Amino acid sequence: MSIWKYANPVTFIRTTDRLLPWLSVAAVLCLATGLIWGFFFTPDDFRQGSTVKIIYLHVPSALMAINIWLMMLVASLVWIVRRHHVSALAARAAAPIGATMTVIALATGALWGQPMWGTWWVWDPRLTSFLILFLFYLGYIALWSAIEDDDTAADLTSILCLVGSVFAILSRYAVNFWNQGLHQGASVMRAGAITGSDTEEKVSNVFFYPMAVSALGFILLFVALVFLRTQTEIRTRRARALLAREQST
Amino acid sequence: MIALLMRDLRLAVRAGGGFGLGLAFFLIVTVLVPFGVGPENELLSKIAPGVLWIGALLACLLSLDRIFALDWEDGSLDLLATAPLPMEGIVSIKALAHWITTGLPLVLAAPALGVLLSLPPTGYLWVVVSLLLGTPALSVIGTFGAALTVSLKRGGLLMSLLVLPLYVPTLIFGAEVARRGAMGLTVETPLLMLAGISFGAIALLPFASAAVLRINLR
Repeated sequence: MSIWKYANPVTFIRTTDRLLPWLSVAAVLCLATGLIWGFFFTPDDFRQGSTVKIIYLHVPSALMAINIWLMMLVASLVWIVRRHHVSALAARAAAPIGATMTVIALATGALWGQPMWGTWWVWDPRLTSFLILFLFYLGYIALWSAIEDDDTAADLTSILCLVGSVFAILSRYAVNFWNQGLHQGASVMRAGAITGSDTEEKVSNVFFYPMAVSALGFILLFVALVFLRTQTEIRTRRARALLAREQST
Repeated sequence: MIALLMRDLRLAVRAGGGFGLGLAFFLIVTVLVPFGVGPENELLSKIAPGVLWIGALLACLLSLDRIFALDWEDGSLDLLATAPLPMEGIVSIKALAHWITTGLPLVLAAPALGVLLSLPPTGYLWVVVSLLLGTPALSVIGTFGAALTVSLKRGGLLMSLLVLPLYVPTLIFGAEVARRGAMGLTVETPLLMLAGISFGAIALLPFASAAVLRINLR
């Protein structure tokens, strides 16, 4: 028993077929619980009023936007090292979801920023690096769709993903240097906030629990979507192979 | 290696304008900016370092697809790949040739264009220094982008999409050096970061470019 047996497309499809309904239901449940709880059963913030409720969408999507890129990086590495097609296809399947998450994070941030900061957009380091991340997603997706040969495309995009990751991190620190921001610092997962030594800037538990549920929902949704999209990629490729075989005979 | 470098340089100078084109583009971008933002000298001198950097970056980008496209079309890239020279060496030489034909002229032209944008007198030195340090990084990163898209028929636009996000850190630190220099502030930190990015890119990216090129030639 090792994780690599799922590199076999048949095993992958069989396993994910069994998991998918459960995952989807769990994702919907978590999202519904988290969002309804967050939107309707939490108090308004002392200063921000009800605009604070956008964090139930904003924080999880921002979280996913970064982590999906990390997942693509791991999948690309697996493809480069072990040449498992499922891995390359999973990276391909994840990219548009990541781009969507980035857009959601940016859009909800803008909606919140308008009443709170008085502007839709500032060239704040966090906002800027998310915009750059979005550009990386776009380039990655565009390169996948531009190259016809599947293996070449997988190779090229995985190297782009590696190089892009380095430059994305560089950009992250470069923009930090370039402009001081309006965006608040990490206030959810900070060491002091978790141990409770500084209660000043900690997100209150009233807001934290629904947000955690909603984040879990986002993660489950992502996993379900990746499974589904990877299955589709595998089947498309199979159908294409069948067609090619038919034409050649 | 030197033979390859000389060949690339000669081709760039003789084969119809690739050499001067980047420079002319740089000039035009710089000339267009005052039309766009208005001719006030104060405003222009404030944005001059940034405009020079963006102009240089775009001029660099414009000439990237020449690095491999011609060699790919007539098959000399396949010959180069079978040559005793390692692919990493070929890629580095190509990047160097691109820098000599595009980056270096841009660096030399920047002060002259700075006059047009009424760059403050303190800025000339730092604009030149930052471009001198930064343009090699632009060439090396661009070579990676060119290698990625070499097999595509119309890869130019896609290459811009791929390369421009990679240019962000270089641009930020390069323009910051030029801006601080023009305002008479200390430039040490961004200068060191720019040098770090530049040398890091020169040291590491040829391996990625070579890997990509090998995949494309497969």
